[in-house]
Amino acid sequence: MKICVLVKEVPDAAVQKRIDPNTMRLDRSGEKNLNPFDTHALEAAMQIKEGGAIPVEEVVAVTMGPSSAVRALHKAVALGADRSVHLADDALAGSDVCATGYALAKVLESESPDLVLLGQQSDDGECYTIGAVVADHLKMPSLTQVIQIDVADGKLRCERQAEYGYDTVEVELPAVISVGDAINEPRYPSLKAIMGAKKKPLDSKATGDVGIEAGSVGEGGSKTKVLALNPPPAKEAGEIIEDEDTNETVEKIVAWLDERKLI
Amino acid sequence: MAGILVYALHDDEGNFNKNSLGAISEAAKLAGEVGGEAAALVVGDVADDACAGLGKYGAAKVYRAKSVPEGLAQPIVDAMAKVIGDQGFSYALFGGGLLGFEIGAGLTARLNAGVTMEVTAVKVQDGGLVVERPILQDSEIADVGYVSEPGIIIGRLNAFDINESGGSAEVVDVDVELSEWSSKAKLVQRGEQRGADVNIEDADILVGGGRGLGAKEGFELCEQLADSMGGAVAATRAVVDAGWYPYAAQIGQTGKTVAPKLYLAAGVSGAIQHKVGMQNSENILAINKDPNAPIFEFSDLGVVGDLHKIVPKLTEAIKAKKGG
Repeated sequence: MKICVLVKEVPDAAVQKRIDPNTMRLDRSGEKNLNPFDTHALEAAMQIKEGGAIPVEEVVAVTMGPSSAVRALHKAVALGADRSVHLADDALAGSDVCATGYALAKVLESESPDLVLLGQQSDDGECYTIGAVVADHLKMPSLTQVIQIDVADGKLRCERQAEYGYDTVEVELPAVISVGDAINEPRYPSLKAIMGAKKKPLDSKATGDVGIEAGSVGEGGSKTKVLALNPPPAKEAGEIIEDEDTNETVEKIVAWLDERKLI
Repeated sequence: MAGILVYALHDDEGNFNKNSLGAISEAAKLAGEVGGEAAALVVGDVADDACAGLGKYGAAKVYRAKSVPEGLAQPIVDAMAKVIGDQGFSYALFGGGLLGFEIGAGLTARLNAGVTMEVTAVKVQDGGLVVERPILQDSEIADVGYVSEPGIIIGRLNAFDINESGGSAEVVDVDVELSEWSSKAKLVQRGEQRGADVNIEDADILVGGGRGLGAKEGFELCEQLADSMGGAVAATRAVVDAGWYPYAAQIGQTGKTVAPKLYLAAGVSGAIQHKVGMQNSENILAINKDPNAPIFEFSDLGVVGDLHKIVPKLTEAIKAKKGG
């Protein structure tokens, strides 16, 4: 089977993120990285491939984003993907969840995967939703926030935590599954894999190449609009102690607790 | 008619989820302001009086799709899409929780509709609904509006308060044809409880443990500290999923919501999904070695340091103080 893993380039965790007040979009300048949750999706793909319960011919990393997103694809390939697909088009800029899900579904459709894996959330915001949007467009069953995948009899047996405890769900293929970070410990890429990543095939596609209707993506195709940005209600900043001398730190904590009659 | 349809989640005994009841209350309030009606959708064979009882929270009508199974999103997308299509609702509203995210997202694709998630408040502006959505680790609040109908709103956990305003709702049975792909996922087991049954909701003092504990054994430090103060131990989803601590002790999005007098977070980063379950604690004390951990943004006392050094000494100091 063929597994497609959706990946995304996000601002590095250490970068102070901000919204550009002119465009109302995330300022994506500065250091970027592969979304950490997506590394778990790639690892899940590799474990299915190496597990042998079902033959996997190919793992393909797929992204949508500006030209810099190529680096996220290189990382994905270094982590084990066989090749990658980059949907890049100026027409996509400013797409909301509805438009992004549609565009990703179209590029995935052109690959006809048996399984689509992705991280359950991205470090920069659109949490939990993209997998389910993509799945409905592809008319595939889907499950999000999955923390265990077993393959048996050509089906997936997935576990995840829902409102009332842990659910076990059997999912037929083809399917779209988003994974949580508890699913696995992603491997570190070998130096050889990092060096070789740029040599693996990378297809660049524009919206027209995969049949995306221009009017359904970008700012014009989006169904939501950011009207304003406001600071959150002011909260009195808490006190911060740096632990230099632990005995002293503990004394301060005890005094703080005592003052509030908590001990 | 600017109606608002709410999905009312229930457990296997037919008890409605309190976030769903909050969403119905919110929908009733908003519908009143825009001159529409709030309604709820219930799936499964839920009794007439239980459905009609949603009227207490302000639902004028309850649409019941008896043949649609509860617990997985896609059959409920079919049901929501059918009722929205037939009745012309302008908005769909979901309380916090995992299924609401999945159903709302599926509806977005199905109806080519705008969606907002992690919404903390909804207001009426120029006759339509505008949501407030915190972004970038809650450092900014975006006001987001919809350019077309229907609009889909997925609330953050505990965003909407329960309010009893109405009486009895009219129950309307609806026939829903499931999409072919909706029946390709099957619930084998629902709501399995993993680990011991512990009570964290009644504790005045909670020590919360997260990934920073390093290993399952790290929870011993939390238990000793909690014992010294007469409190209980809670956990983040990451460590519960990892099997370090029982599910019943989990705080956050798919766990419990608590508001103790003291929440002492040990090695908890403070992700939004955890924050929503404990942010109303009276006093929040965080110990974490990462000075950039989000928890320091909303703690009253933040201690930057190694919890493995600090917590044992703190336990001893509290014991000594209590003994003395």
